[in-house]
Parts: sequence; C-alpha cells; structure tokens
Amino acid sequence: MAKLHISTTINGEPEEFLCAPNETMLDVLRNRLGLTGAKEGCGSGDCGACSITLDGTLVCSCLMLAAEAEDKEISTIEGMADGETLHPLQQKFLEEAALQCGICTPGMLVAAKALLDENPDPTETEVRFWLAGNLCRCTGYDKIIRAVMDTAAEMRGATK
Amino acid sequence: MTDIQYLAPTTLDEAIRAYAAADGTGHILAGGTDLLVQTQAGMVQPGLIVDIKNITDVTGIERAADGGFIVGAAVAGAALEKHTDFATAWPGVLEGLNLIGSTQIQGRASLGGNLCNGSPAADSVPALVAAGAILSVQGPDGRREIAVEDVPAGPGKTNLKPGEIAVSFAFPPRTKGASDAYLRMIPRTEMDIAVVGCGVNLTIEGGVCTAARVGLGAVAPTVLLVEKAANALIDSKLDDDAITAAAAACSAACNPIDDKRGTVEYRTRVAGVLLKRVVGIAAERAQA
Ligand SMILES: Cc1cc2nc3c(=O)[nH]c(=O)nc-3n(C[C@H](O)[C@H](O)[C@H](O)COP(=O)(O)OP(=O)(O)OC[C@H]3O[C@@H](n4cnc5c(N)ncnc54)[C@H](O)[C@@H]3O)c2cc1C
Ligand code: FES
Ligand code: FES
Repeated sequence: MAKLHISTTINGEPEEFLCAPNETMLDVLRNRLGLTGAKEGCGSGDCGACSITLDGTLVCSCLMLAAEAEDKEISTIEGMADGETLHPLQQKFLEEAALQCGICTPGMLVAAKALLDENPDPTETEVRFWLAGNLCRCTGYDKIIRAVMDTAAEMRGATK
Repeated sequence: MTDIQYLAPTTLDEAIRAYAAADGTGHILAGGTDLLVQTQAGMVQPGLIVDIKNITDVTGIERAADGGFIVGAAVAGAALEKHTDFATAWPGVLEGLNLIGSTQIQGRASLGGNLCNGSPAADSVPALVAAGAILSVQGPDGRREIAVEDVPAGPGKTNLKPGEIAVSFAFPPRTKGASDAYLRMIPRTEMDIAVVGCGVNLTIEGGVCTAARVGLGAVAPTVLLVEKAANALIDSKLDDDAITAAAAACSAACNPIDDKRGTVEYRTRVAGVLLKRVVGIAAERAQA
C-alpha cells in the first residue's frame, strides 16, 4: 500500500512520518514514533486511554487517521512535563495515589489538562462529565476526580 | 490487501469529483466517530477516504441573509457549543449534538455525520427535524436542498444520491417567543444509545402555541417528524389536554424494535412521556 508522507507538530516539535492511509494516529504514535504513553484500551472511542489533543481539542487518537495530522498540532502525554518537572496534575496524581495500574493515567491526565486549560475552576460535576469518556478499572473515580479538583485549586492559588 | 487511498481536498468540487470517481467505494470522513469504528471492525472497507474537514463550506458557522444560521455539516460538537449565538437560538439542537459520546467524541462528532450515518437513534436528528433544518447537499449534478426528515431512508441508509456530500444545515431565523429542547431516554445515565429521543421546537405568542414541530428518534426505522403531535399543540395554550393528545400522537407514531435496551411497549409508552417533558422545557425557554 502506498505510504503517505505527513508533516506535523508533536508536543511543539516539527515531526515527519510515513503512514498507511488507514493507519490511526494512535498506531503511528506508538509503533512509528515511539510515543507509547497513549494506550489502546478499546480502539473504538469508548475508554479514553488514547486521548491526545489535536489543535487544542481533546480527541481519541484511535478514532483519528494519522494522515489527518498534516499541518496540525498534536499534544500527547509525553509533552506534559517540563523536562524533569512534572505538570501539577501529574504531581497531584502521584501524591494522592490517583492511579494503580496506570493504563488509564496518560489519558486521564491529557483529558484533565484539556479541561483545566479551558476552565481553571470547574465544579466536581463538570470534572465528572468531562472525564466520563475516560474509563478506569482499578483506582475508582473518586481519587482521580479529587486529584483534578485539588490541582485546579492549587493552580488557581499559584496564579493569584 | 486492497489499496486504500486518503484524500483531504480543500474545495468541495475536488471532493465531489474524487468521491464520484471512486464508484461506490468512496467514504466521506467527517469526525470519523462512526466511520473509523466501522472500518476498524471490518464492517466497511473503503477504497477511498475523502476527509472533508479542510473544506471551509462544511466547517463554517455563518449567519444567513435572513438572520438564520448556516452550520457546516462537519462542524464538531465542541466547536458548535462555543458559538454562543447559536447556543442561545437553538439550545435543543445543541443538546442533541452534545449528548453524543464523551468530551473526546465531542471533539470530532458532527451533525452531518450523525445524520448521514443513518442510525434511527442518532441523537441530533430529532432536534434537527424539530428545528425545521434544511440540508444542502452537493453532488456531480449540482446543489439541492432536502428537509432533514427526508434524509434518512432506513437503518444505515440515506436518500443522498451517489456522489452527493452533505454541505451544511440551514436553520430558519428565530422569532421572539420561540425555542427548542431535546431529551433522550437511556437505560444508563450517560454514554448509551437512545431508547427514545424527542425534539420539540415551539413558538408561543400571548400564551398560545402558534407553531410547533416534533421529531422522534429510536422508535422506527428512521427518525420521524410527528405532525399529528405538533398539530395537537398548535393553537392550544399547552394545557394538559393538548399535551396529552400530543403525547398520544407520539406513542401512536411508534413502530419500534424490541431489544435489550427496551421493549416495544416500553418505547411506545416512553415516547409519550418524553414528549410531555420536552414540551415543558421548550415552553419554558420560549417564554424566558
Ligand atoms: C464512544 C462513542 C459514543 C457515541 N455516542 C453516541 C450517542 O450517544 N448518540 C449518537 O447519536 N451517536 C453516538 N455515537 C456515534 C457518532 O459519534 C455520531 O453518529 C456522530 O455524530 C458521527 O459524526 P462524525 O462526524 O464522527 O461522522 P463520521 O464517522 O465521519 O461519518 C459517519 C457517516 O456519515 C458519512 N458522512 C459524514 N459526513 C458526511 C457528509 N458531509 N456528507 C455525506 N456523508 C457523510 C460517513 O461517510 C459515514 O458513513 C457514538 C460514537 C462513539 C465512538
Ligand atoms: S483506545 Fe481510543 S478510546 Fe479506547
Ligand atoms: S489505574 Fe488501572 S485503569 Fe485506571
């Protein structure tokens, strides 16, 4: 099958890759670019483990063709920490034990960051609705929601 | 393995030419939340994928000369939701669209995809029908306009002709005292397929309902425009008798399937119950 040559930006850096026309962004990230943070939980848009942002919008990378990345900006979990400094959400997930096996965690973090970028002061209901497409089979949602709420409060405090 | 091609043209003409030339093996890609699930599952085997999201005609939100809105068929839920004027004018349409899936799905799912996928349970379609939205389609033979209720032809089927692409939805201008609402019944509280979906669009002048449209989903092979329900509401003060008659008309219009989500009896009964609730919400908004 003829490969497509795609030029895009991933986590702020220009990136080029070859992909099949029907290859998903998730497969390219994981299998061609070595960015294995995004996970495949279902491959059908149900679990959110493959969450990334595409031009700032939260999407499932399993339901996006890699070819669609041409001239777009993609952010993945690998771009979340600033060098060795964890993003406040990552730090809080660790401190409050908002993860167990960790499979859902990259998706949770990417999704939660997209929320806080848009709404720094969400209600608990808003956080729960926003993360409804991110499934976790081990931690239980309370710790995750609490970690997001606590991070939001901390980040608001820091910018005051 | 058969060769798959991907194209992302920037003009409608290019898209139509490529799509028509693919001779039935072409598939339009909007948000891909149905199409890519279906290709991954092997239910659909495209020869050509035409991504329409680089075409401004299908991705814009504009004001028409008459004051109505023109919404591109591929505008995603997350984008339409941010358009505050549209959200104020058509809260019911937005409710239908925004009920689709999670935040991630909202980043991609479009009105055009929801309609063209042809599911009888598509959440935005009853609200589009109630709104009186008109779909503009373009194909090898040019442009034509179709009322949204005339687009579905059965589960997974539409009345679009080969090579035709859904371009945009035209919403009529809003008058004072008019609003809409959409509710669906699902066995869970979130992330499920409608057992019944109901959209109502009302105009109320001096306490009297002067115009109404009712769209009903998931209770027949296609989404339905229920004119008898609307007629029961029009010229009434939306009193109990009128609403009960409209609810009965909704139940009478049902021709549903029996499945794990709901029996025929359940769906038929719930169609009437939902109508009552949706009329209440639309009426409150219309008079706010
Ligand atoms: C996890 C998940 C949850 C979901 N929940 C719901 C739900 O609650 N309610 C609901 O109604 N749906 C739901 N869906 C289904 C889907 O998200 C919606 O139907 C959505 O609106 C499809 O839009 P899209 O832009 O992604 O369409 P696509 O997948 O891009 O297209 C859908 C179909 O329409 C055709 N098409 C698309 N655009 C055009 C066009 N402009 N002209 C001609 N043909 C076109 C495509 O070729 C394809 O056959 C869900 C899907 C997932 C994965
Ligand atoms: S892998 Fe994409 S949503 Fe589950
Ligand atoms: S921590 Fe295991 S799935 Fe969430």
